[in-house]
Amino acid sequence: MRRSRIYAMVGISWLALTLATLAHATWLALFIAPTEETMLDVQRIFYYHVPSSMLSLVFPYVNLTASIFYLAWRRSEPLRALTADAVAIAAAEVTVVYASISLTTGMLWGRAAWGIWWAWDARLTSMLLLWLLYVSYLLLRKLSASGQSQTLAAALSVFAAIDVPIVFLSIRLWRGQHPAPVFGGGPNSGINPAMLPAFGWNVLGWAMWGIFLLALRYALERRRQESEQESALKAIEDSLEIAR
Amino acid sequence: MSRILNDLRQDASRARSYFGQVFLHLQKDLRLEWRSRDSVVGMLFFALLTVIIFSLAFDPTAAVSRQIAGGILWVALLFAAFTALNQSWTREQRNRVLEAQRLSPAAPSALFLGKALANFLFVSFVEVVLAFFFIIFYNLHALGQGWMMMLVLPLGTWALICNGTFFAAMGLRTRNRELLLPLIMVPISLPALLSMMQATTAILTGEFDPAHWIRLLIGYNIAFTTVCLLLFDTILSAE
Repeated sequence: MRRSRIYAMVGISWLALTLATLAHATWLALFIAPTEETMLDVQRIFYYHVPSSMLSLVFPYVNLTASIFYLAWRRSEPLRALTADAVAIAAAEVTVVYASISLTTGMLWGRAAWGIWWAWDARLTSMLLLWLLYVSYLLLRKLSASGQSQTLAAALSVFAAIDVPIVFLSIRLWRGQHPAPVFGGGPNSGINPAMLPAFGWNVLGWAMWGIFLLALRYALERRRQESEQESALKAIEDSLEIAR
Repeated sequence: MSRILNDLRQDASRARSYFGQVFLHLQKDLRLEWRSRDSVVGMLFFALLTVIIFSLAFDPTAAVSRQIAGGILWVALLFAAFTALNQSWTREQRNRVLEAQRLSPAAPSALFLGKALANFLFVSFVEVVLAFFFIIFYNLHALGQGWMMMLVLPLGTWALICNGTFFAAMGLRTRNRELLLPLIMVPISLPALLSMMQATTAILTGEFDPAHWIRLLIGYNIAFTTVCLLLFDTILSAE
């Protein structure tokens, strides 16, 4: 009981810290960062679009790592494997959330800057494919039978992780309209240094928010697993009562 | 009687090596298909229908058909493959054959490889017949290096069938088996589908070089065949 109270305290203080960081980041992004010369205020969506895109590429690794641990522990330590599985499902859902935000903010920006909502350009298509992969992962979990869905999902996660680099390579070969990479994309890349604090704080704030979501979803999944185990135990006990 | 015993003895000696096991599984699947011819006839008719629907929808001239035929060919094959893949594991469920397979000391990946090879042969047969219909209905002849199709067709088919056979096995014990297969197979196969469609279009139009796409397909096949073989045991025994 005391332990769960500590977890709750840590969670609430983490949430408070996250909200404070996000408030500061929003203030920097909307009021302090200089207005861009050609795109004007439309450019400010960059502070939300880029961090979400970056994070939607990070959480799949969490999902893959957790899935590999699940597969390794599945037979030897089934209870520990369940915690790995809870991390895997939480990471997959957070991936889908951030990829959706990245796609939505990208479309809003595209409408203002290019005049169209969507272009079948390399990076848009790869992000869409990434989103599709993790939606299919969640669908598999929803549709498969409860006893085996963890194992099947872990296997699919390995497939998805191998597929991601191939997707990026193939789409790059296919198309080449999205602005060139802002960071590390050649001599003229990089942003006005005055924009960096707003960008950095937003990356930090949204990363903290993602970790918060991950932890919250993990705790939820653990509770679901525990209640499932309890009801299974109860069913066994009841059947023993009847036998007696 | 002695002939049957002789056959059994031969089979048993074959089953000792891994490729012997693969061959036995392949032989069993081919024999089953030869007796019923369900999947091949089903796939063939389904693919033909898809090709006809596309012709009605786009009413293509010879020049246009060259641009779109690569896409249509693979879409037709993809849809047709779904019908066969869903059936291919259901066969093993009758009389609880699959449970027996799981109990047997034979390597589970041999079962997978045998079935994937059998499905590959079925789809390849459908391709050969379909190619004939394409030449008739779309008035096609390749402007690029036509011989390269001999490379793209098997590579593309294996890319679809290897993962498809694996995912069909994943769906075996789920509700909505028929629904699940396309939902998980298509997102994973998208880079392969893109490669085979682009390579085919490159060969038919002769406008660009298909080499990159063929290389990508080879890489895709190597990566996913390995993963399928390594993970099949896990999937088969998932409870």
